[in-house]
Amino acid sequence: MAAQPSTIIEAKDVDFYYPGGEDADSPALSGINLTVNQGEYVALVGPNGSGKTTFLKLLNALLIPTHGQVLVKGISTAVESTLPEVRRVCGMIFQNPDNQLVATTVEEDIAFGLENLALPPEEIRNRVFKTAALLGLEKLLSQPPHLLSGGEKQRVAIAGVLVMEPECILMDEPTAMLDPAGRRDVLNTVRELNRNRNIAVIHVTHFPEEAAGTDRVVILNEGKLAADGASAEVMTDLQFLHGLGLQGTTAVELAALLRQDSFPLPPQILYNRELVDSLCSLGQNS
Amino acid sequence: MTRSITLGQYIPGQSFIHRLNPRLKILILVLILVLLFLLETFGALLASLAAALAMFALAGIPFSYLMRGLRPIFYIALFALIIYFFFTSGGVVLLRIGFITVESEGVEQGLFIVARLVVLVLFSLLVTLTTTPLSLTHGMGYFLKPLRYAGLPTEEVAMIMAVALRFIPTLMEESQRLMRAQLARGADFETGSIFRKAGNMVPLIVPLFVSAFRRADELALAMEARGYRIGARRTRMHEDIITLKDWGALALVLVLVALVWAFSL
Ligand SMILES: Nc1ncnc2c1ncn2[C@@H]1O[C@H](COP(=O)(O)OP(=O)(O)O)[C@@H](O)[C@H]1O
Ligand SMILES: [Mg+2]
Repeated sequence: MAAQPSTIIEAKDVDFYYPGGEDADSPALSGINLTVNQGEYVALVGPNGSGKTTFLKLLNALLIPTHGQVLVKGISTAVESTLPEVRRVCGMIFQNPDNQLVATTVEEDIAFGLENLALPPEEIRNRVFKTAALLGLEKLLSQPPHLLSGGEKQRVAIAGVLVMEPECILMDEPTAMLDPAGRRDVLNTVRELNRNRNIAVIHVTHFPEEAAGTDRVVILNEGKLAADGASAEVMTDLQFLHGLGLQGTTAVELAALLRQDSFPLPPQILYNRELVDSLCSLGQNS
Repeated sequence: MTRSITLGQYIPGQSFIHRLNPRLKILILVLILVLLFLLETFGALLASLAAALAMFALAGIPFSYLMRGLRPIFYIALFALIIYFFFTSGGVVLLRIGFITVESEGVEQGLFIVARLVVLVLFSLLVTLTTTPLSLTHGMGYFLKPLRYAGLPTEEVAMIMAVALRFIPTLMEESQRLMRAQLARGADFETGSIFRKAGNMVPLIVPLFVSAFRRADELALAMEARGYRIGARRTRMHEDIITLKDWGALALVLVLVALVWAFSL
C-alpha cells in the first residue's frame, strides 16, 4: 500500500479472465504492470481485441482483476466500501457519446455523479455551473442531450467527470464517432485539463496522430504490454508498429517510404511539421 | 426531425408556468381536468379555452406546437362529432338525409364534448411542454411514493422512467435512420395487407432491438462508472421546493373550481 504520493494508478501483476469467456486459458489481460503518475498524458494503443477497453474498466473498478491488484491512489479497486472514491478519482469517458448521457438535460447529466454522492443540492448546483463555465457549456445547460452535436455530447460527458474533481480521466476512443471539428474540440478540452489542472489522462485511441501528441505511449497486444515509452520513441518504431498491425502517423509512414527511396531523412520524424522542415532543408542542400 | 416528437418534449423557458413546482403543476392539472368536467355552459368552456391559449402565450410556446399536439385527437374528435350528430335526438331537426336526421341537441352536445376534449388536451400539453420530462416523472413519482411501503422500489422506477424519457428521442432518431436505409434498399412499409406490413417491419424492429440492448448495456456501465448504485441514497440538483407562488396558483384554481361548482357555470 506504500504508493508514491504522485502515483495515481498502479497495476500490479494484473491478470484478467472474463468469467464465462471463450476458454479459461486465454486471459483478456495477463501480467500487466503499469504506473501512471499525476498529470501524465498516456496514450493506450493496440490492435482490436488487445484488451484496451478491459484495462480501462479495471482502472475504474468496473472490473476487478482475477489475479494481482489495481491501486487507485493506493486504494485497491477490489474493496467494495471505497468504490465511490475510486470512481471519483478515476472518471471514465466512453466511445459512444449517446450511451453515456443519462439525464434529460445537460445540467442534470453533469450533476448525475454528484447526485449519486448524495451531496446537498446547493453544492451540486454550484459545482455544475462552475464546471459548465470552465468547459464553455453554459449555453447548453437546459438542452436535452439528443439535440447536441457529437463533440458537444462528449464535452458534456467530460464535464460530468470533471465535476467530480477527478485526478485521472480514462477515455476509451472518445473521438472515434466524431467529425473532425468535434474531435479537435474534445482533444483540446482534454489537453487543457491535463495541462492546467494536472489531471492524468489515459487515452485509448486508434488514431496515430492522437497517440503521437501525448507524453507517453503504452501498447497492448494480445492482453500483454508490448511497449511503454516516450511517444517520440514508440511511435517512430515503424517496424514494431507494423508488426502488430498498427500504423504510424502520416509523417512517420511517409518518411519511411522516402527513406526507402534513399532520401536521407533523420530517424526521429514524428509530426508533419518536422517532415516538412526536413524536406525543405533537403531541397535547399541539393 | 426529432423536434417533431411533441409528447414529453420540453420547450425550455423561464415563464411562471415553467417555474411552477412540478408536483403542484400535476395537482393543478388534475384539478383543471375536474373543473372541465364540471363545466356546463359553452361560455365557461370558451373562457377556459381562452385561458389555455393565454397560458400558452405566457409560456412563449409557438402556435405550431399547439396544433401538432392536437393532431392525435383529430380522429377521435371527428368520430365523436359523427356519433353525436347522427345518433343523439332532441331539439329541432336541422338536417334530414333519408331516414337519418341531425338534430340540434346532438350538434350542441357533440360540439360541447369536442370543445371540452380540445381544452383538456391543451392544458395537458401545456404541462408536458413546460415541465422537463424528468421533473414530470419525479412529480408523478412523488404521488406514487406511498407505494414504497407496499415494497415497490419507487426511486428505481423513477430512474427507469427518466432514462426511458432520455432515450425516446434517440431511439426515434435511430428508427427513422433505419427506415430510410431500408427504404433506400427498396423496402416497402406502406402497401400490402397488415400481415405483409408487419413482415416488412421485421428488418426495422430487429436491428432496433439489438441496438437498444447494446445501448442499455453501455448505459448501465456508464451509470455504474459514475457512481450510481441501486438502493443507495441520492440527492437531486434541483430541490423540489414549493414556494408561496405555487400555493397561490393552487389556491386560485381551487377557487375557480368552487365557483364553477357553486354556480353551475
Ligand atoms: N464481456 C466480455 N465477455 C467475454 N469476453 C470479452 C468481453 N469483452 C471483451 N472480451 C474479450 O476480451 C478481449 C479484449 O477485449 P477488449 O478489451 O474489448 O479489447 P479492445 O478494447 O482492445 O478492442 C477480446 O478478446 C474480447 O473478445
Ligand atoms: Mg475497445
